[in-house]
Amino acid sequence: MTRPALPSDDPELASVERALHSLRAAAPPSLATSTLVSVGLADLYASVDSPLGLAFVAWNGRGVSAVAAGDDASAFEASFAADVGRPLRRVETPPPRLAAALARRLSGDRRAPVPVDLRGRSPFERAVLEKAAEIPRGEVRPYGWVAREIGRPKAVRAVGSALGHNPVPLVIPCHRVVRGDGTLGQYSMGGPQAKRAVLSTEGLDVGELERLATRGIRYIGSDTTGVFCLPTCHHARRVTDRHRVTFRSATDGFAAGYRPCRRCRPAAAA
Amino acid sequence: MDDATLPGRLADDLDGAFEELVLGHQDRLYSIALRLTGDPRDAEEVAQDTLVRAYHALASYEPLRVRELNLRSWLATIALNLARNVSRRARSRPAVAPEPVGFEGGADPAAGPETWLARRETVDYWAAIVLDLPERYRVPVVLRHVDDLSYAEMAEALGRPEGTLKAQVHRGLAMLRAAHTADREEMTA
Repeated sequence: MTRPALPSDDPELASVERALHSLRAAAPPSLATSTLVSVGLADLYASVDSPLGLAFVAWNGRGVSAVAAGDDASAFEASFAADVGRPLRRVETPPPRLAAALARRLSGDRRAPVPVDLRGRSPFERAVLEKAAEIPRGEVRPYGWVAREIGRPKAVRAVGSALGHNPVPLVIPCHRVVRGDGTLGQYSMGGPQAKRAVLSTEGLDVGELERLATRGIRYIGSDTTGVFCLPTCHHARRVTDRHRVTFRSATDGFAAGYRPCRRCRPAAAA
Repeated sequence: MDDATLPGRLADDLDGAFEELVLGHQDRLYSIALRLTGDPRDAEEVAQDTLVRAYHALASYEPLRVRELNLRSWLATIALNLARNVSRRARSRPAVAPEPVGFEGGADPAAGPETWLARRETVDYWAAIVLDLPERYRVPVVLRHVDDLSYAEMAEALGRPEGTLKAQVHRGLAMLRAAHTADREEMTA
């Protein structure tokens, strides 16, 4: 229902009123799309460079909503439609600020400010993904570590499943979570080979990690500090060979009088 | 537009109904902002910010409050505040020659170029003299005669009594007529 003004009795005023009516304008076509994107009811996507080659990234005003390797736009659109279901439109590049932060995040900088849109994920899945986002570049943590850190120590398989369904791989570095025996395990964005490739570009010595795993070594300690770490912890890598001790289990570490590192938190306190 | 059931649907399912609000109100919010700021880019920014703020407000309001909203006057209030901020910002910018506000769609493609030009001149001309009105007349004139708000809705949007608004609209129209008459006499002199 509209309420047109009654035309004025005065013919000159009536002509002014008609002229004012002609000042109604149509909004530019971009307005509805940008509004819906801004509130998170529609998404944009673009192709960007990643450590795994070209990747598609989708985002809306709430954050990055999807990341997938490859250059097949129709496949990306189809999987977005199936997983997310919101309208999706391709653009040339992300907005400058997001593009800059994304480039840093994709090259491994977890502090680059890239918000993520995790709507539709359960509180458990969010907790898993947010915890994975804390793991520094060049380091890895076991699935069991994530489970313990989020207060669900027995949910190791569910952690693996939540990471396997990470909607924003690389942006949330689920590749930094590996099996408890030190082997790399699965990766949703291209399988174990891709996981090895990303971890290598981040400066992790994957070969060394696997050699330790083969020898059954899970923890590395320092006999000067009396602290034991996960093998890729920044502190563990600074221990010189002369002071380096190895443990096959946290129990062995505790038994030898060592305490767990406060940075990588390799085990619950004894 | 102005669908009486929309507030109820926004209260029940904001994400499902919000696009309808956008499509139903974007042209009027853009028109209000364009005629108050005179700049198409500012107007697009104001209209978008209005809708985005409306979304977040609707998400935070109790459902009962959403159901009772008059969307037309409520959205106009948000747009007016944002347009005022934009105008204030524009005044503090270095002055540049104003670009013609131009013809913004609604074109009849069947109309020939002469009609198009004639209308463009008319639209640009009236847009310019509306912009010259002092704000206390310009805002009520735009809400009443560009946006077709009722005086009751304007009173809600502006927080002024209807009687005051009627007087301001009347005075604004008289000023526009006087400006138009003066310009016409100048051209034919």
